[in-house]
Amino acid sequence: MSDIPEEASGIVKKFLYVNRKAPHGTIYALESLEVVLIGAAFEQDVSLAFLDDGVFQLVKGQDTADIGVKNFSPTYRALGDFEVTKLYVEKESLAERGLSKDDLMEIMYEDEDDDWEEKPSIKLVNRTELAAVMAGQDVILSF
Amino acid sequence: MSILHTVNKSPFEKQTLNSCIAHALDGDAILMVEDGVYGAIDGTAAATQLAANKNISIYALGPDLNARGLGEAKLVSGLTIVDYNGFVDLAVEHDKTQSWL
Repeated sequence: MSDIPEEASGIVKKFLYVNRKAPHGTIYALESLEVVLIGAAFEQDVSLAFLDDGVFQLVKGQDTADIGVKNFSPTYRALGDFEVTKLYVEKESLAERGLSKDDLMEIMYEDEDDDWEEKPSIKLVNRTELAAVMAGQDVILSF
Repeated sequence: MSILHTVNKSPFEKQTLNSCIAHALDGDAILMVEDGVYGAIDGTAAATQLAANKNISIYALGPDLNARGLGEAKLVSGLTIVDYNGFVDLAVEHDKTQSWL
């Protein structure tokens, strides 16, 4: 970090990672997670959006033992430890896929500004609200 | 002369399942694999399409369902879950296999 100018090192930008792919058929979901963790390490203001087939990434009970790939789904539940606490999930995308909030993993974080109270990271939003979240970002990375 | 059709794309992202259903004939079978198993979720537009084709047998690969957290309770009725050996049996039972990619 020493070669970063002091005035630049403290800049915090709002990063949104947009997840639109199902988890195991392609590598996008896993790659997104990797990059999210990198962004979090640089202490940026990170949010994740899950829409279209991206909502399948958060379905609970994933067991990849019989298809021979890593089950990275538990990693989403660790994001709170990296201060990644805003996971926006689009309601319309869930409904179109026959899913509800109950089909998703429970993902919690401890709010340091509220006596470390456990709070849910997943925020259900509609399409209009998600558009507003996108509009409010500095950087959008798509997967 | 029956065909085993395999579909490996999500019906919410690609038209693969629709096209497969449109070309499958009575006596054929459709096996959903990989992201294709998302087509097995009940209460979706894809489920409605599947239900309209009574004379086509519908299968889904169990290991791919499990990987995606899709339990039997979430799936369309009339669907048969097969394992890898069942996949091989289906390939043997039909005259040929067509992969809808």
